[in-house]
Amino acid sequence: MVPLALYLVLSAFLFACGVCGFLIKRNIISIFMSIELMLNAVNLTFVAYAAFWQKLSGHIFVFFVMVVAAAEAAVGLAIIIAIFRTRETLNVDRVNLLKL
Amino acid sequence: MTAYLWIIPLLPALGAAVNGLLGKRFSKTAVNTIALGSTALSFLWALKTAFAFLANGSQPILEQYGVWLRAGDFSVPFALYVDQLSMVMLLVVTGVGFLIHIYSVGYMAHEGGYYRFFAYLNLFMFFMLTLVLANNYLLMFVGWEGVGLASYLLIGFYFLRDSAANAGKKAFITNRVGDFGFLIALFLLIKHFGSLQYTEVFHAVAQRFPTPEVNPGVLTAIALLMMVGAAGKSAQIPLYVWLPDAMEGPTPVSALIHAATMVTAGVYMVARSNAIFSRAPEALAVVAVIGAVTAIFAATIGITQTDIKRVLAYSTVSQLGYMFLAAGVAAYSAAIFHLMTHAFFKALLFLGAGSVIHALGGEQDMRNMGGLRKKIPVTFWVITIATFTIAGFPPLAGFFSKDEILWQAYNSQHGHWSLWLVGIITAFITSFYMFRLWFMTFFGEYRGPKASNDAHGGHDAHGHGEPHESPWVMLAPLVVLAVLSVVGGWVGIPHALGGENHFHRFLAPVMPAISTRASAEQVQHVSPAPARHGVSGEEEGDANKERLFAGISTLVALAGFGLAWFLYSKRRDLPQKISDKLGLVYSTVLNKYYIDELYYNAIIHPLVQGSTKVLWRGVDAGIIDGTVNNAAIGAKHASDNARHMQSGNIRSYAGWVATGAALVLVYMIWMGTR
Repeated sequence: MVPLALYLVLSAFLFACGVCGFLIKRNIISIFMSIELMLNAVNLTFVAYAAFWQKLSGHIFVFFVMVVAAAEAAVGLAIIIAIFRTRETLNVDRVNLLKL
Repeated sequence: MTAYLWIIPLLPALGAAVNGLLGKRFSKTAVNTIALGSTALSFLWALKTAFAFLANGSQPILEQYGVWLRAGDFSVPFALYVDQLSMVMLLVVTGVGFLIHIYSVGYMAHEGGYYRFFAYLNLFMFFMLTLVLANNYLLMFVGWEGVGLASYLLIGFYFLRDSAANAGKKAFITNRVGDFGFLIALFLLIKHFGSLQYTEVFHAVAQRFPTPEVNPGVLTAIALLMMVGAAGKSAQIPLYVWLPDAMEGPTPVSALIHAATMVTAGVYMVARSNAIFSRAPEALAVVAVIGAVTAIFAATIGITQTDIKRVLAYSTVSQLGYMFLAAGVAAYSAAIFHLMTHAFFKALLFLGAGSVIHALGGEQDMRNMGGLRKKIPVTFWVITIATFTIAGFPPLAGFFSKDEILWQAYNSQHGHWSLWLVGIITAFITSFYMFRLWFMTFFGEYRGPKASNDAHGGHDAHGHGEPHESPWVMLAPLVVLAVLSVVGGWVGIPHALGGENHFHRFLAPVMPAISTRASAEQVQHVSPAPARHGVSGEEEGDANKERLFAGISTLVALAGFGLAWFLYSKRRDLPQKISDKLGLVYSTVLNKYYIDELYYNAIIHPLVQGSTKVLWRGVDAGIIDGTVNNAAIGAKHASDNARHMQSGNIRSYAGWVATGAALVLVYMIWMGTR
C-alpha cells in the first residue's frame, strides 16, 4: 500500500508544475495545458483522500471536476481557434486589445 | 400706576435703527429730527418718570415684561427698575446726552457720515439706558457690552485713519479683559445666590452674611471680580490705557461716552452692588487704593500733556479715581454725587475744548493756542466756569462733591488719612493742570499760524482763517452745562457748611448709612444706635473738622491756580527750564510712565508673537493643517506605489494570486505544526 503522503507530494509537485507553466508560458495552448495539469493534480488529491478514508464523495467530486474540465476544454479550444484565426498568433502578450 | 419705562430706552433704539438703516437717503434735517427727537422724548419721559417717582413717595418702580431665560430654578426676567440710584443716572444720561446731541449738530455739520454718527450716538443711548434701568445683572451686562460696542464704533468713527481704528480696537480689547472679570462675578453670584436680580441677590447676601465679621470669602471674590469689570469700563489702573487713546473719536463722543456717562458705568455698578462691597472690607480697601492711586497717577500725567483733549482724558481718569476712592470707603452716595457733577463739568470741558478745536479748524495742541479769550468769549467763559469747578472752588459743583469725597476718605469707617492725603495732593495737581490748560489756551498771544489751513487731528479743516466763535447750536448746550456746573452741587451741601445734603438723603434708601470712624468705635463700645440728628459734642467737633478740611481743599485749589498762573502766565520761560532740569523724571511722565510700552512688551508683544509663532505657525499650520495635509500626502504616495501592482499583465496577477495562496498555505502549515 502506497502511503497517502506520497500521493500528496506528487499532487503538490504536479500542481506547482501547473502554476509555474501557467506563469511562464506564453503560448495559449501551453497555458491551457498547465491549467489542465493543475486540475488533475487536485483530482489526484481527491482520489487519494477518498481511498484513504474509504469514502465515495471524493470520487464523485473528481467526476464533477472532469466534466467541468471537459466543457472548459471544448470552449477554451474554440476560443483559441477563433483567436488564432483573427490574430494569427498564440502569444498571450500579443492578445491585448482591451488593454489601455 | 404704570410708568411705561420701556419707552425710555426704546426711543433711542428706534432712532438708531431708522437713522442707521435709512439715514443715508435722509437730509440732515431729517436725521437731526429723528436723533434729537428720540433723545429729547426719552429725556422728557425720564423727567415725567422722575416726577411720578417723587410724587409716589420714592417707591421703587419695577416693571416686568416677560421671562428672558429660564433654567431650572434660575430665571432672568426682562424687567426695568427705577429707584433713587437709577433715577439719578437716568436723568444724567438722558439730560447730558440730549445736550450733547444738540451740540453735535453744530460740531459734526461739516463731517462725512453724519447719519452714521447720530445712529451710533442713539445706539449708545439705548444701551446706556438699558444698563442703568436693568433690574438684574444680566440685563445690565447687555447694556454694559452694548455701550462698549457703541464706544468702539464711535472711537473708530474716522476709521480711515489708522490711529483711530487702532484706538477703537484697544478700547474694545481692554474692556474685554474687564468684562471677563465681571462675567465670572456673575457666575459666582448664580452659583452662590441663585439669582441675578438685584433685590433677590442683595436679600440673599444679607441673609447669608448678616454681619461683616463673618468671613466673606466668596463676597470678596465677587466684589474683586466686579471691580475688575469696573476698572475696565471706568478706566482704572491697570486697565485705564484705552481712555486717553479713545480721544481719537469726535469730541462730542469724548464728552458723552468717555467723560460723562459710559465710563461712569463702573462706579454705578459698584454703587449698585454696595450690599456686596460693604460686606467685603478687603475688597473695599482694594477699590479705595485703586481709586486713589489712579487719581494721582493720571493727574501727574495730565500735567505734561499738550494735546488739549488728552489733558482732559487724563483728568477724566483721575476724577473717576476719585469716585472709586469714595466707593472704596463705602461713601457710595458721595461717589454718585461726584459722578453727577463730573458729568456736568467734564462734559462742559470736553464740549468747550471741542468748541476751541472747532474755532481753530482742528488744532488740538495747546502750544499752538493762546490768547483766545477775546476771540471766542463765550467758549472762554464756560470753560472758565468748568475749570474753576473741577479745581474745586466753592461754591461751584465740583467743590462740594470732591470735598465730600475727601472728607469721607478721612472720616469714613473704611477711610484712612493716607487716602485723604493722596486725594488732597491730587486735588492740587488737578487744579494746577486745569489752570495750565486755561492759561495756555486763553491767555498770552495767539501762537498758531495766522491763516491756518493745515488739518491737524480729528476735526475737518473747512477753510478757516482767523479763530471764530462756534455757532449757537454748539454754545447753547455749553451754557446749560455751565449753569449746571455752578448749581449742580447745591443739592449736596453738607450739614457742616450749612446745607441739608439733600442728595445724600435722597439716595439713603438704596445706600447703607456711612458709618464714621467715631460711630464705628461707639458701636463697638457702647450702644448700637448713635443719635443721628442730635448735636452732641462729638458731632460738633466733626463738623468743625469737616469745615477745616473744606478750607484746606479750597486753599489747595488756590495754590494750584497760583502755581499755574506763575508758570504759565507770569514766567512763561520757567516750565521749559524746569522740565529740562528734571530730565528723566519729566520725560518719564511725558511718556505716560511708559505704561503703554510696558504693556506692549510684557503682554501684547508676547501675545502677538506667541499667537503668530506658536499658535498660528506651530499649532494651526503645523499640527492641525499638518495632520490633514500629511494624511492626504501619505495616502497619495501609498496609492502611487500600490498603483504599480496593477500592471494589466494577467500573468503578474496570477503570480500574485499564487504567491498569496502559497503564503496562506505556509501560514496554515506553520500554525498546524506549532
